[in-house]
Amino acid sequence: MHKSTGLQLFLRAAFARAYPRVRGANREKSWVFFEVVIPFINTAAFVFLYRALHAPEAYVGFVVLGGVMSTYWLNVLWMMASQLYWDKQEGFLELYIMAPSSLMAILLGMGVGGLYMSTLRATAVALAGTVLFGVQFAASQWAVALLAFAVTMFALYGLGMMLSSVFLMWGREAWQVSLAFQEPVFFLSGMNFPLNKLFNSIPGPLVLVSAIVPVSLGLDALRQLLFPPDPSTGVPQITGVLPPTIEMMILSGLGVIFVASAYLLLKRMEWLAKVEARLSLRWQ
Amino acid sequence: MCARVVEQWKMDKAEEAEDTDAESPDRAANWSLQSAPANNTGPLAIKTEQLSRTYKVKSQKKDKGDKGKGEDKKTLVALNGVDLEVYQGELFGLLGPNGAGKTTLIKILTTLLAPTGGVAYVDGLDVVKNANEVRRRINMVSGGETSGYGILTVRENLWMFSQFYGVTWKDAYKTIDEMLKVVELEDKANIRISSLSTGQRQRMNFCRGFITDPKVIFLDEPTLGLDVNAARIVRDFTRDWMQRQPDRTVLLTTHYMAEADELCDRIAIIDHGKVLACDTPTNLKKLLQKQPVFEIGVAGINDRNIEGLSQTPGVVRVTGEAAQGGSSYTLKFILEDESAIASVINALTALNASITSLNKNEPTLEDVFIKLVGRSLADSGTMDDGR
Repeated sequence: MHKSTGLQLFLRAAFARAYPRVRGANREKSWVFFEVVIPFINTAAFVFLYRALHAPEAYVGFVVLGGVMSTYWLNVLWMMASQLYWDKQEGFLELYIMAPSSLMAILLGMGVGGLYMSTLRATAVALAGTVLFGVQFAASQWAVALLAFAVTMFALYGLGMMLSSVFLMWGREAWQVSLAFQEPVFFLSGMNFPLNKLFNSIPGPLVLVSAIVPVSLGLDALRQLLFPPDPSTGVPQITGVLPPTIEMMILSGLGVIFVASAYLLLKRMEWLAKVEARLSLRWQ
Repeated sequence: MCARVVEQWKMDKAEEAEDTDAESPDRAANWSLQSAPANNTGPLAIKTEQLSRTYKVKSQKKDKGDKGKGEDKKTLVALNGVDLEVYQGELFGLLGPNGAGKTTLIKILTTLLAPTGGVAYVDGLDVVKNANEVRRRINMVSGGETSGYGILTVRENLWMFSQFYGVTWKDAYKTIDEMLKVVELEDKANIRISSLSTGQRQRMNFCRGFITDPKVIFLDEPTLGLDVNAARIVRDFTRDWMQRQPDRTVLLTTHYMAEADELCDRIAIIDHGKVLACDTPTNLKKLLQKQPVFEIGVAGINDRNIEGLSQTPGVVRVTGEAAQGGSSYTLKFILEDESAIASVINALTALNASITSLNKNEPTLEDVFIKLVGRSLADSGTMDDGR
């Protein structure tokens, strides 16, 4: 029987691990409710709030974009960061470790599968926002906006890969840690309001923490690119914390750091787990 | 390669169905003996030298006032200097009670756990230094595991796991379809595994181990929880897989003595992290040839009486199994020689026990186990402790 090695094995393993999520995106209809309807309800609440307060109409677009991004963040948090922990509980992790493929391939597969799954949800949220709330994306640089989105996803899923290896060692606290991260990141990333308003109001260290979460700078860059200044008046609809190009460069750097950290942490965690027997003992 | 083996296996099964002798235990035992290496000088598939593993476990401190309360760390010895040699082409059994160290040994050999002392080799490769090379050559099936994502079908799940070993899609699908026929799951191939029964899942897991065509496969209680027919399918396939590919090696742990006796070329009996004996089932049973085994049905005694009977002159070991309701027992005595049966009868009479039956048995693997370990496997429970 011929068996691939090297890069071929890596890609096969990544594709195989992505497969359950790609198939699952269509098979498990209840996920649509949890990952489309619930984020959209949250988005809708902010839309009604901004309209009640007579905020500029661009804010509706900001919130819808935040709703789109929240589906990715929830996916990263619950289906990337905690995943190896769940896999350990179910006994799959042993099978992954015992296989000759790299654990990085498994993480990449989880990420790619999750990205595909979330994109379906995010598209649904964006379409619903456009249709129901009349949001108009007026980008003049679609290619740059797509690049900004890609870089944000790279950094975000890189963060997910890194957290996944850390959560593996946190063990049974993974669920609580995910829960603890969820809402603060919604706040610190400016998911439902412009980031510059937040940065003007919080202390420096928190600004730094916010900047490390890829959703923050990613959203800020996308908002600047998708809601450009009014062409007739030249009045900007949003003041970004940094120019989009700089934000994209920072996100690229963060992505590289996260993925490299994931690799190193995974190696370290796997070794520690083997030495301390925490890899295969489900009750620990 | 595996698909070809499966095909051949099916043809042979059809032939065997016409031959009633094929199902006899004697034939299976003969096959095992014939398959054992003529002399143990062939290449080694598994070798361990002074392999040790200890665990730090938390334990509650005894109360010594308020200051004494809390947790303390103890060292638990799971493996204690194990030397083992398993030859290529062997179906090697590992028998031991709960906590004996069987699963720890398998975890080390499958690169899931680091030893704290000694070395272990699989297919000539150090399991610590060459873990990735070892992983290309092995696979493992654990009884009762729940591998697979419920949202995928049986076929998809097996395909997914084959990809982690780099098997080409064509080979993977071909082997999966063939294997599913063997374990009688072909009609479930396109069913989500969330709707499979426990036994069906276990058969699927069994397939998972073999679809990657490993050189060495570790079967950790593979028939645990399977019904008689499914267990037979698993055993038959394992044996025939080995027969068709004489260079493959199986390391099997099981709680079923008859299964070990039927399948294994050699067996190691392990307890408290040490190998107590390692030989062919026939040779192990010869250990008791001079020590007769008697089975006595008794009423009117209790557990404490049974403990006392072990002090009877001439008794090597005694175990008791309570009959339904606990009013009577079946006692198994391993004696130094036949004359000691008189002392046993006298001791039972002194206890006012009524003897309902008395049989002299040929020694079984279970008797060997009792002699070496000091208790029966049934007394040790049926589930391992997770180590």
